[in-house]
Amino acid sequence: MTECVECGADVTLHEDSEVGEIVDCTTCGAELEVVDRHPPVLDRAPELEEDWGE
Amino acid sequence: MPLTNDANAADAAAVDTETDADALTATVVGGSGFAGGELLRLLAGHPNFELVGATSREYAGKSVGSVHPNLRGSDLRFVEPGDLDSADVLFAATPHGVSMAQIEEFYEVADTVVDLSADFRLNTTEQYEEWYDGHDAPDYLDEAVYALPELHREELPGANLIAAGGCNATATILGLYPLFEGDLLSGDEQIVADVKVGSSEGGAGASKAGSHPERSGVVRPYAPTGHRHEAEIEQELGASVSFSAHAVDMVRGAAATCHVFPEEPVSKGDLWGAFRGAYEEEPFVRLQSGGSGVYRYPEPKAVAGTNHAEVGFELDPGNERVVVFSAIDNLVKGTAGQAVHAANVALGFEETAGLEFQGLHPVGSP
Repeated sequence: MTECVECGADVTLHEDSEVGEIVDCTTCGAELEVVDRHPPVLDRAPELEEDWGE
Repeated sequence: MPLTNDANAADAAAVDTETDADALTATVVGGSGFAGGELLRLLAGHPNFELVGATSREYAGKSVGSVHPNLRGSDLRFVEPGDLDSADVLFAATPHGVSMAQIEEFYEVADTVVDLSADFRLNTTEQYEEWYDGHDAPDYLDEAVYALPELHREELPGANLIAAGGCNATATILGLYPLFEGDLLSGDEQIVADVKVGSSEGGAGASKAGSHPERSGVVRPYAPTGHRHEAEIEQELGASVSFSAHAVDMVRGAAATCHVFPEEPVSKGDLWGAFRGAYEEEPFVRLQSGGSGVYRYPEPKAVAGTNHAEVGFELDPGNERVVVFSAIDNLVKGTAGQAVHAANVALGFEETAGLEFQGLHPVGSP
């Protein structure tokens, strides 16, 4: 169990999760990268930018 | 025509449902409109209610499926209001003014009344004088509980008169409520709410502005100032809110965009704390603020047909602005689903009973 860096909600990682894996927070939907396993640490995953007409 | 417990009431056979042995009986006054149809749909599938009656002057004698095609196959037929049998709970989906005029007759039919109109949403006669055309039954205003469980869960158990909130108001209130609950707004700030609404908010009756050629494709300002839902928004939030609405090209849905300017700087962490604090344990509110995937902010399509609300926000530090988004299905979370949810709480049922539908994906214009 660790914490979402976006919203602070608990995020549960499965036992086989690996560094570099991308997971999503079930509370806020943010995509998170597993940057360490012991203890588990998450960071915001790099995002593909989209053109929304800007 | 007053409502009575007429022994000769039409044989409105109960809809076949998997109901609990201790189910309460429920009846719907004004069952032929869109909100009434949603009540019939939700109550017919509810494990703790046995749907035993529905009224419609226009369609008396006809099956409910003849008006609401999604209910075809039901044995239930509309009856005249005066032929309504007694029930444990009466849901009223009638136009503004009917429930306040007939509240005593409603109580002759049922001990618990859940009203979907605006007739009992406001707390005082003075508010009705200001925003509506006064009130015919002011003695009942004190006992009415505003239905939205996210704000009134503690007051609902045992309530005899429940007033479902307006759809635009519900979307706006759910969006802004965490900012007040989390003390990020004091009520002195300027708040602007703009709600995009679907055509079903206008009801099942015909109007020139609502005809398909006129309504299709519009982004039409509707009641840009002075909308009556502003009264209940301000009542529930305890703050002034400048409200406007646009009619847009969808059938179901209300999407609120609210612009607020906190007096003190706030961070995304502050906002997440406030929104999670308000809604993390709520069964029918989903937080959607950026995140990932195609639907990154609240979206009416994602909640169409469901009792869920999506709520989210974004921070605009350069303008010291917080923009809040909220999306609901106006006929479910904004009306009939909210009424059933509140009744569940009031009567001690499982809160989510009869309201578990998760919606559809993909889906076209809802």
